[in-house]
Amino acid sequence: MTGDLVLQFLAQGAQMTMVLLIAPLAVGVVRLVKARLMRRQGPPLLQVYRDLAKLLRKESVIAESASWLFRSAPYLIFALTWVAAALVPSFASGLMFNWAADVVALVALLGAARALLALAGMDVGTSFGGIGSSREMMIATLAEPAMMLIVLTLAIAAGTTRLAGVADFFIAEPWAVRVTLALSLIALVIVALAENARIPVDNPATHLELTMVHEAMILEYSGRHLALVEAASHLKLVLYLSLLICLFAPFGMAPATAGPTGWLAGLVVWAAKLLLGAALLGVWEVSIAKMRVFRLPDFVGVAFVFGFLAILLAFLSRGAMA
Amino acid sequence: MLDLNASGAALGALVCVALLAAMRRGSALALVYPASATAAVVLGIVDLHVLLGGDVATAHLPIGLPTIGLHLRLDALSAFFGLVVNGGVLAASLYGMGLDRATEMTPRVEPLFALFVAAMNLVLLADDAYAFLFSWELMSLASWALVIARHIDSECRRAAHLYLVMATIGTVALLFAFGGLAGQAGGYAFSTMRNQVPQPLVAALILLAALVGCGSKGGLIPLHAWLPLAHPAAPSHVSALMSGVMTKVAIYCFVRIAFDLLGPPAWWWALPPIVLGVLTAVLGLLYAVLDGDLKRVLAYSTIENVGVIFVALGLALAFRANGQDGAAAVAMAAALLHCLNHSWFKSLLFLGAGAVLHATGRRDLDGLGGLIHRMPRTAAFFLVGALAIAALPPLNGFVSEWLLFQAVMAAPELPQAALHFASPAIGAMLALAAALAAACFVRVYGTVFLGRPRSAEAAAAHEAPLVQQVALGGLAVLCVLGGLLGSVLAWALGPVLAQTVGSALPGDGSGPTPLSLVAFDPERSIYDAPVIALFVLIASLATMLVVHRLSARRTRRGPAWDCGFPDPSPLTQYTASSFAQPLRRVYGTTAFAARETVDMPPPGDGRPARLAVASVDYAWQAFYALPARLVLRLSERLNALQFLTIRRYLGLMFAALVILLSIAALTT
Repeated sequence: MTGDLVLQFLAQGAQMTMVLLIAPLAVGVVRLVKARLMRRQGPPLLQVYRDLAKLLRKESVIAESASWLFRSAPYLIFALTWVAAALVPSFASGLMFNWAADVVALVALLGAARALLALAGMDVGTSFGGIGSSREMMIATLAEPAMMLIVLTLAIAAGTTRLAGVADFFIAEPWAVRVTLALSLIALVIVALAENARIPVDNPATHLELTMVHEAMILEYSGRHLALVEAASHLKLVLYLSLLICLFAPFGMAPATAGPTGWLAGLVVWAAKLLLGAALLGVWEVSIAKMRVFRLPDFVGVAFVFGFLAILLAFLSRGAMA
Repeated sequence: MLDLNASGAALGALVCVALLAAMRRGSALALVYPASATAAVVLGIVDLHVLLGGDVATAHLPIGLPTIGLHLRLDALSAFFGLVVNGGVLAASLYGMGLDRATEMTPRVEPLFALFVAAMNLVLLADDAYAFLFSWELMSLASWALVIARHIDSECRRAAHLYLVMATIGTVALLFAFGGLAGQAGGYAFSTMRNQVPQPLVAALILLAALVGCGSKGGLIPLHAWLPLAHPAAPSHVSALMSGVMTKVAIYCFVRIAFDLLGPPAWWWALPPIVLGVLTAVLGLLYAVLDGDLKRVLAYSTIENVGVIFVALGLALAFRANGQDGAAAVAMAAALLHCLNHSWFKSLLFLGAGAVLHATGRRDLDGLGGLIHRMPRTAAFFLVGALAIAALPPLNGFVSEWLLFQAVMAAPELPQAALHFASPAIGAMLALAAALAAACFVRVYGTVFLGRPRSAEAAAAHEAPLVQQVALGGLAVLCVLGGLLGSVLAWALGPVLAQTVGSALPGDGSGPTPLSLVAFDPERSIYDAPVIALFVLIASLATMLVVHRLSARRTRRGPAWDCGFPDPSPLTQYTASSFAQPLRRVYGTTAFAARETVDMPPPGDGRPARLAVASVDYAWQAFYALPARLVLRLSERLNALQFLTIRRYLGLMFAALVILLSIAALTT
């Protein structure tokens, strides 16, 4: 019994370490794929790790008008995102603390991290910080209703909002409500692009451009604080990729009762799917242009419409089954 | 009986203090706040005793109307709302103790404060229609008098006028509701109303009247227009009471009528509260996020929260009508917890706004800034309130929000097509409201407390007095504890849930840890705030340790980077209006027909460039301006009646007599 408990603890700890370690690699894959598709050499895969290490070593320059909120926010943002990322089932479905938050709570944890980042962006009192915060919160108001519709579809289909439960349901019944699932998948991909500040919503590679959102908020950060905020955004990418994998491609995930060997197999499959997802993101980003900020309602609105259609189909299919 | 004696003594003492303060003035005014705080503590203890003890205290006094007398009753529902009320009263009274007697207390405010507190408590105790409406009117008039306390300001007079009109409409509606409930026999005691079930059509009319009566007090759109004017016009601690507490008394009235007196619900009763609630939630926040006055933003956000509570109440009605008691308990628990949570964080925010107003003399968002440096404690407490009201975990606002979302997710299981097809729309609108709330309070906090001061007053602000900090700090602690121990609060609601929907949440021990909040069953959804908070705490501490070990730990202060072109003028900061601009472009163009016109002078012209924003308040036009115009036109027509000849008057009187007689002849 105690041995089992220790093992469970280890598995949960392994998940927390895994997401942390693999996050920069996923970002590195995105960057490398983008560079190669643009016929550039591109940075080595491990460059993101080196960048983080370099930032950690550098001294932190803080604006004179910054308050304690500016200095403490990076730690909280990082911790909130890390915990949220650790709550999404990755290589195994029934980890020790997966139950502590359902999808609603998970989205809210990310919302807390976002609100803190937006506040930090306004703390120094510059125009760039404000522009980033204001646009970030506007995009969130577009993305969250669509996200809610996706969650509702899952709740109707699987009868639960616990991620592990949803994953178990989709492993057991891979053919259930397929069309619904496809529509929700499109909606969730759009939401994920918006939440992670990827093209076409925001351009993570740009600076000094009036269209930037995420980069504008973190403009005043440097040194270890910048490293933490960057690491948090990497974690968020892994979180959304894991979420997509967990909900729409859960095959290969180890069940709750699997032992260490099952976990290891699940880990390899998860890492492969994650890196494949990152590569696909790179392909997507080179094949589409950044949108104007005020065209975003149309783009994220597509997610909303697909989310709505998915729910209606879920109602109909349930009616047909009943 | 002992409970009611204690409550009665506390209320009597409050009224005596009010009278004393009104007559003696001067130093007697300062007595009001310690007296209200003590009364709130006594009343709160009584309420807690009744809520946890589970017994109902009743009394029947031979005063009031001759045939009815005065019925008083303190059951679980009243006791719960009593706790909501007295928590807010205690905080507001503590804040009031920090006011300066010479400059900030007037006979126009302090005596009425005590009266207002007593009236709100009396509404909860009333057990017959007469006592209820009497104390309801006392509450309305006392708060009206508090709004008009600064009567030299024309804005205050306008707000008070509108409030008086709306309060009258609300009371008339309630009068009809109670008339319908009393039925033909005319039993005005709540115990007789409980025993008789009205006809379906009558019940629908009663529900509608109750919705108008309670909605006009709580600020349900389209009955909301007075609220954002009147709540901010009062002194800040009174605003806290009106927004944080009095709106909950309105909710209590609706719950009392719809879940207690009206009998078993029909499913379609759920539709008006849900539709109006969703509209109110989203529109309230759109108003809030575009407004530039600190206290008015808070008042608009109150409207939003009342809307959210009405959605939850509507869902509870729908589930109860269909016999889905478990889901009804979840929705009802969401509504009640949100009442409690909102009373905490809205009081906190209004008192914080009061501290800011006192320190700077301003409440325009674009004139403040950087107060986190000058008022560090107020800023920290206000931050807790802002994050809590934005429904962010692990604070208390998220607990009720989570329960509400769980209830929405159970709505597709309702058999009626109208309800289950509406559930995705409800969910999406509530999610939009939550996201807008986050945007709204990031905007408020970012412009008031963060950044650099935008005015000389903001640069010279000072921290609030200690006792006011205690009031703010206490509420902030409650917001944190209510978030972590939300499951305990939800279980404590057990007797109220049993009384209103006849069911309860899955109890203690159904989740994986003793403090997990479980909505239906653990397989379906769990929210465990303590575990999540512990994880976040461990993760942030570990990060801090590791980062400090690995990093150089060197920190240098320098001028802001701002892409290499920092401008020392604070005017170059993002303001509240600029923060709202994307939201106005996205939502305001449809909701308020907002239009921007830019006047850009050609090169060489010395004029400054100007940006003007025009918007239309459709709700005001349709529900206030239009009826007002019609009434005015009608009265102008009728005015002609004043200038007739005596023959015409006699003719009119004769005609009236004939018409009345023929009606009498036809009906008998």
